[in-house]
Amino acid sequence: MNILEIVRFAFRGLGTNKLRTALTTLGIAIGVASVIILIAVGNGSSKQIQSSIDRLGTNTITIQANRGGFGRQAASRGASSKPLTVADAVALSDPIKAPDIKQVAPVASATATCTNGSNTSTPGTFNGTWPAWFEASNTSIAKGSYFTNDDVVQGRRVAVIGNTTATDLFGTQSPIGQEIRCGGIPFTVIGTTTVKGSSGFQDGDSLVVAPLTAVQRSLTGYNSLQSIVVEAKSAKVQDFAQTEINTIMDAQHKVKNTSNRDYRTLNQASLLATSSSNSSVFTVLLGVVAAISLLVGGIGITNIMLVTVVERTREIGIRKAIGAPKGAILSQFLIEATILSLVGGGIGVIGGYIGSHFKIIGIQPVIVPASVLLASGVSVLIGLFFGSYPASRAASLRPIEALRHE
Amino acid sequence: MVDPTLESTTQPIIRVAGAVKRYGEGDAAIFALAGVDLTIYPGEYVAIMGPSGSGKSTLMNILGALDNMTKGKYFLDGIEIDSMDENALSIVRGRKIGFIFQSFNLIPRTTALANVELPLAYQGIKKDERRKRALKALDVVGLSERIDHEPTELSGGQQQRVAVARALATRPALLLADEPTGALDSKSTQDLLDLFDQINNAGRTVVVITHEDDVGSRAKRVVRMRDGLIISDTLNKGRVA
Repeated sequence: MNILEIVRFAFRGLGTNKLRTALTTLGIAIGVASVIILIAVGNGSSKQIQSSIDRLGTNTITIQANRGGFGRQAASRGASSKPLTVADAVALSDPIKAPDIKQVAPVASATATCTNGSNTSTPGTFNGTWPAWFEASNTSIAKGSYFTNDDVVQGRRVAVIGNTTATDLFGTQSPIGQEIRCGGIPFTVIGTTTVKGSSGFQDGDSLVVAPLTAVQRSLTGYNSLQSIVVEAKSAKVQDFAQTEINTIMDAQHKVKNTSNRDYRTLNQASLLATSSSNSSVFTVLLGVVAAISLLVGGIGITNIMLVTVVERTREIGIRKAIGAPKGAILSQFLIEATILSLVGGGIGVIGGYIGSHFKIIGIQPVIVPASVLLASGVSVLIGLFFGSYPASRAASLRPIEALRHE
Repeated sequence: MVDPTLESTTQPIIRVAGAVKRYGEGDAAIFALAGVDLTIYPGEYVAIMGPSGSGKSTLMNILGALDNMTKGKYFLDGIEIDSMDENALSIVRGRKIGFIFQSFNLIPRTTALANVELPLAYQGIKKDERRKRALKALDVVGLSERIDHEPTELSGGQQQRVAVARALATRPALLLADEPTGALDSKSTQDLLDLFDQINNAGRTVVVITHEDDVGSRAKRVVRMRDGLIISDTLNKGRVA
């Protein structure tokens, strides 16, 4: 009895009830495909968060004022709470006190609607800053140029705008050299930034950046800064830069109690850690859901194998009566189960590949190769494991018992 | 009683000694076979007869290695069967015995040819040889025209002849038939019995279980059973040459 013969028997066995075979295969295919797609969605979302964080700039530390707060902590800070100022930024730029800081950019944020004739656009981000901001925030220029330190000193009303803002205001025309009005104040566009894309919650290209002095003079006033962006010399010295920032800022703001500062610092590393731990929770949850559907597929195989074996007990009796060895019968049923799970798994893998080419809830899935192996491996193992029990029960029957079965 | 021309000249094909088959335990025990001794020589045509419950079917299942005994010895073609394991038994069933059932027991949704080839496939016989032997067996039973028909497309008589072809294809030492005519009309019954004659005349041992006298009368030796015991064992004078 060679194995090819048994495989032929197995195919014939599957062929006798095509609908049932098709439904079982479908169950496994759905299980495998959903494992692959859901894990890919989880992976895709974490990749997306990571890349949008990367776009914000690496090696950068953002300082923000600690406004508000609750209870005793906020009350004890009281009147001593000082806003961030340009003086803070200047102090941080001291190369002797802060040798690991590469550059500093104070940021004043405005909310203003920009117009060009009848076209209007409200940029999601309207920053007044220093030229250092572009490098620190990983923003590069597609056309035109950056503004210069001289522009800042002179308070010239020039602006670099993002792609979305440019399209809103100028359509397909080049915005370079054109004048726009933001909050009623005229700015001359001198450059556009390269496309950053959306980070899911914010359009990175809905952007206007102008010299700090110009924005403060015309839109925000000189009182306070939104934030100060600090770029460390490298990712390695980010921790030193952090310490230097704290020393300088504590002195600037006369902080007595370091656990109760009136400013806070955010660095990319901590953002990254938080978001990737969030998205890994997300991935695990999706994986659990998918694993359940795979398990249901496996129970489907077991069920079908049980029904098949019971239904064909008499046939097994006949086969044994005419000399079928136990091994041949066992192999036939195991091969049937394996074919079901292999074909189902294969269709599932193909379905998973196709499915993950589509955006799902705004996320582009990224397939994790291990999940493909895991899903198809588990489906085959389930087939073998759950298929072997009914098969060995059937193969061990004495022929006369099997023949009497109706 | 054994045909004297056969006795002691050859090794018996079947030798059963003290066969006991008990169902249940203690007071509830029922003896389907209560100690049966039977010897059958090659070339015999034996009918085992008796009313239902006499133990003839149980005996047949034991002779066919489909069931095991509670006690006793069974030698088939000189090989001791009662102590064999399942794997060895499957080889014995495949090579030594051709079994014919009352309800035909063909594999459903499978053509006549594939049904006849099946036991040969389990013996590991190559495809060409298998095809040749299956076609020849189907020719012997007169079904060459219907090799591609599935069981549901065949009459009862034709299905039983496919079953006979399946039993013959392995060239067994022994053909065992359990109430082979039980589900057939009288015409098919005569055809089948003619076929058995032809098979026996070709030298093959045939053992038939039946409760029908006209089937029993075609055999050369008749063994009658009652309550798990053999009560008579006679030669059929008109049939022994």
